[in-house]
Amino acid sequence: MRGSGKNAVLMVFTHSPYGSSLAGAGLDAALASAAFEQPVDLLFIGDGVLQLQSKQDNQALKIKHMGKVLASLPLYGIDRVYVDAKAVSRYQLDLDASLLATEALEPDKMHKLMVDYDHLLSF
Amino acid sequence: MIYALLVLAPPVSGQASRHALTFARTVIARGHTLHRVFFLDAGTLNSAAGIVLPQDEANPVQPWSALARQHAVELVICVTSALRYGMLDAEEARRHDRQAPTIDTSFTISGLGDLVDACAQADRVVTFGG
Repeated sequence: MRGSGKNAVLMVFTHSPYGSSLAGAGLDAALASAAFEQPVDLLFIGDGVLQLQSKQDNQALKIKHMGKVLASLPLYGIDRVYVDAKAVSRYQLDLDASLLATEALEPDKMHKLMVDYDHLLSF
Repeated sequence: MIYALLVLAPPVSGQASRHALTFARTVIARGHTLHRVFFLDAGTLNSAAGIVLPQDEANPVQPWSALARQHAVELVICVTSALRYGMLDAEEARRHDRQAPTIDTSFTISGLGDLVDACAQADRVVTFGG
């Protein structure tokens, strides 16, 4: 958990990147936090792990490439990224090819992580 | 205790925004402070002034506006989401050359900085929807 700032914030991403606009809204919120020098930590659970998929193609959709936004987060000081290990294995996601360096957590560890923060924002 | 809410859910689909409203009223009734409600993504639709429902259904926008009036709660909608969903105040309508504003005047349009600020100020930030 981060010590900086009054309150430590964990943003939890639970939706796939293009199934709704929530992923984009969450990423915007993460970038805004960094811009105001209140960097947040991220946790991807369930369908949310699909946001880390490196082979995203937004050409046909003509909407913002979520993967590119996500990959830029370390530049803004957001570098603590956790993923749901069970969901990663269910989707057979290759974490070595993930857009961000992540730490995979089993459910009990995810619970321990969540209780460490002052605020959880879920998208 | 100081609370802030993040509302991601739209008003007339599902129950999340209704739950947010009930939670907001309860927080105040229990003597806590509700500092700000921040509406993001489809949550910005809760500010829609043009919602018309059948007579036997409750309008979802008016209770928010009453809450703001009676308890000085800030109702803030995210500008990026608001524009995407067509939720415009008079100034944005003029700026983007649209015929008329579409939001209730008890809501203000602002940036995500207000969410970041709410996280810094509040003891609890509770998310509805998403």
